[in-house]
Amino acid sequence: MSDPKTFFLDEEEIPFEEGQTIIQAALSAGKFIPHLCYHPEFKPHGSCKLCTVRIDSRTVTTEDGQSVKIPGRAAASCTTPAQEGQHVESEVPEILDLRRTLVQMLLVEGNHYCPSCEKSGKCMLQGLAYDLGVMDPHFPQYFSKREVDASHPDVLLDFNRCILCELCVRASAEVDKKNVFALSGRGNTKHLICNSESGKLGDTNLAATDKAANVCPVGVILHKRHGFEVPYGQRRFDIAPISDNPVQYAPVKEQV
Amino acid sequence: MPNGNSNGSGDSAVVEAALLRHGGDGTRLMQILREIQEQTGWLSPDILTRVAEGTRLPRGRIEGVAGFYHFFHTEPLGRYRVLWSDNITDRMAGNADLMARMCKKLWLKPGRVSEDGLVSVDTTSCTGLCDQGPALLVNYRPVTRMTAERVDQIVELIRHQTPLAEWPAEFFTVEDNIRRKDALLGADFQPGDALKALKSPQEVLDAVKESGLRGRGGAGFSTGQKWDFCRAALGSGANPAHYVVCNADEGEPGTFKDRVLLSSYADMVFEGMTVSGYVIGAKKGLVYLRGEYRYLLEPLNAVLEKRRAAKLLGQSILGRTGFDFDIEIHMGAGAYVCGEETALLESLEGKRGVPRKRPPFPVTSGYLGQPTAVNNVETLASAALITAKGAAWYKAIGTPKSAGTKILSISGDCERPGIYEYPYGVKVSQVLADCGARDTQACQIAGASGLCVAPNEFGRRIAFEDIPTGGSFMVFDNTRDMFQVARNFAHFFVHESCGFCTPCRVGTTLLANAMDKIDEGHGGEYDINDIWRVIRTLKTASHCGLGQTAGNCVADTLQKFRPSYELRLNVRDFEPAFDLDKALSKMREVTGRDDPGAHFHIAHRKSRAGLGTKAGDPS
Repeated sequence: MSDPKTFFLDEEEIPFEEGQTIIQAALSAGKFIPHLCYHPEFKPHGSCKLCTVRIDSRTVTTEDGQSVKIPGRAAASCTTPAQEGQHVESEVPEILDLRRTLVQMLLVEGNHYCPSCEKSGKCMLQGLAYDLGVMDPHFPQYFSKREVDASHPDVLLDFNRCILCELCVRASAEVDKKNVFALSGRGNTKHLICNSESGKLGDTNLAATDKAANVCPVGVILHKRHGFEVPYGQRRFDIAPISDNPVQYAPVKEQV
Repeated sequence: MPNGNSNGSGDSAVVEAALLRHGGDGTRLMQILREIQEQTGWLSPDILTRVAEGTRLPRGRIEGVAGFYHFFHTEPLGRYRVLWSDNITDRMAGNADLMARMCKKLWLKPGRVSEDGLVSVDTTSCTGLCDQGPALLVNYRPVTRMTAERVDQIVELIRHQTPLAEWPAEFFTVEDNIRRKDALLGADFQPGDALKALKSPQEVLDAVKESGLRGRGGAGFSTGQKWDFCRAALGSGANPAHYVVCNADEGEPGTFKDRVLLSSYADMVFEGMTVSGYVIGAKKGLVYLRGEYRYLLEPLNAVLEKRRAAKLLGQSILGRTGFDFDIEIHMGAGAYVCGEETALLESLEGKRGVPRKRPPFPVTSGYLGQPTAVNNVETLASAALITAKGAAWYKAIGTPKSAGTKILSISGDCERPGIYEYPYGVKVSQVLADCGARDTQACQIAGASGLCVAPNEFGRRIAFEDIPTGGSFMVFDNTRDMFQVARNFAHFFVHESCGFCTPCRVGTTLLANAMDKIDEGHGGEYDINDIWRVIRTLKTASHCGLGQTAGNCVADTLQKFRPSYELRLNVRDFEPAFDLDKALSKMREVTGRDDPGAHFHIAHRKSRAGLGTKAGDPS
């Protein structure tokens, strides 16, 4: 058997299989790269941009003997194929700062009030914010008005927290084969919609057991009659930060 | 004439007819929705459900597409839909006052429909009529050279519900305004000239490569190489094929040269597509025409008909067995992002215009997943010319790295706005002298996403190796405020971001909000720092070119025209974006009060030592 191919993530050698993207190889090797729209069970999407890395920066020496760093290209690691010998920068100040800004952008775009949210402590956006050291949303809040949809007997939609990762859209289309969710609008009016003439979730064929009803990384898709079963302080990211568990959803076998 | 109050059964027949014309093919969704809306005036929930059934697509998909494009309406917007072009050049020509006049006369608020459901007035992104603005679209037909008098006439016509067909024809006159012709616009080119000169596909390809032709949309990729990659790629699946796509989604603010090419040089463009089809082995070409140019659809279809009759399109072109090629025109519906080639392909397939992930590139996996050559209108016209006149002739024009000519769309502060064709390498100063620009403060070259050039750079050249451009060239004289130019562009990107990725969806809005905050006198150094942070994020992390370049104009003007920002930075440290006086405006409206006591004055607040003066204090 030939030697496995490898690339370098923050100077650490990471093995990969042909066809894997940078994030897939990194997560499989137990290295965490922040992500929200990426999910191991779905085709990479590349919209949240939290997993942005810099690839193949170079250092050159100028004529007068000074070292100058020429930054490599920035790319979403979830959609960029890993390549032999590539040098990938992830945990560097510039990229960490970029990720903090992206989290802050998501925090001001929606209405995220953690203290009253059922997902607090197990929300990926909150988990990443803490992990990256985001202390405040920084930018002015949009305070956008978004209606809650409680029309479905078992599932509640709180659009206030939607980060437009499209995981529910993809899960419903690819796994459930129901196309319950879709997107409409564009730019800052882009929003999640339900597949019914009334626009209500209750008029779709979503079941609480569907993949789409159980894939939301934040607190949009909630199950009725299942609130606060685990108290705050004892939840997933209360116990260990999000970066401690590289593959949040993936089967155990991927954790080498 | 769209009928905003059409009844359900009539709509049903319209929907059925449109679905039938397109065989219920979901990839033709854009055309289906447009044709329905042209009859019904808007796309009601019921219509969307019927289209979903007829195309066997999820209803959410249909609603998602209808909600994406600016020119599709999921709410009734009146029988007369007036959209004022809101490019900075329209602003400079006074569109804001004219629109306010129109709204006042019609008792309307911008963006709202009149109480009787007759009319709505709003703004839209650049309509490609900057050399004859201020311009507007009424039911998607362009009206140019707006004046107060013309506003009053239009208001009367709308009030009397005069059908558009009976409006004075001169309202709809669109001039070419060609001021300078060179190799392309001045060529003696008859339909069929390029096709008659065709040798083997390989030889034609070699000639295009040899000519040094590069993409005229702005990116400047070698056309020959693109065709070569596409030709070499294999079609796949049940219906393997190759496609030629002409990108006529000319949306970059200040660009209108494709409009002129399609108005007066359509044969050359179509012939270029046919040559491309011959080289890459395509049987079908598609023109993606921006929704703003809807009025060109019938004339262009007439040109296609003539070409079919002359055996320049269709089966066995010019009697050559096996040389089959035809062209179809697809309309866009108001989305700048569809100028990005992969977003354009998504739109052609009847989807939301969201740029794809690359690779794969369109040359291997484009329209319907098949190898596709996407080229700009001007590139294709140039390719026809090269085929007819030879590569060496073309290569000799321009500079070594930028062969041929470039058509510039010149607008703004100059005596003779219009179309100017130059060999590559022309200096900015030369262009300014030719168009009659005086006391020029700056030029915005290549549109809102392009480069803002200050006078000390007027010696630079229009060429791929210096200033590349898709053709937009906007001139600003000394009386203009470059901060407002940048603010206009920042808002343009808010309207045109597709919303796919976080940095662009949120960053464009944050940038525009920060510019507004500075404009309103609440900005300080803190906000300038925030602006830089947002621009960095846009540039580094955005999914496509739109987001990556959305901060360019603000960055350029901050560096080159800093004083225009400085004079607005009233706040030394930080002031919150929340504006108490603005927040009170709703209550002023409700109570009908506008006296000083109903205001929270900045001046009043400034007169105090601190910031925290109580609201409502009499001034």
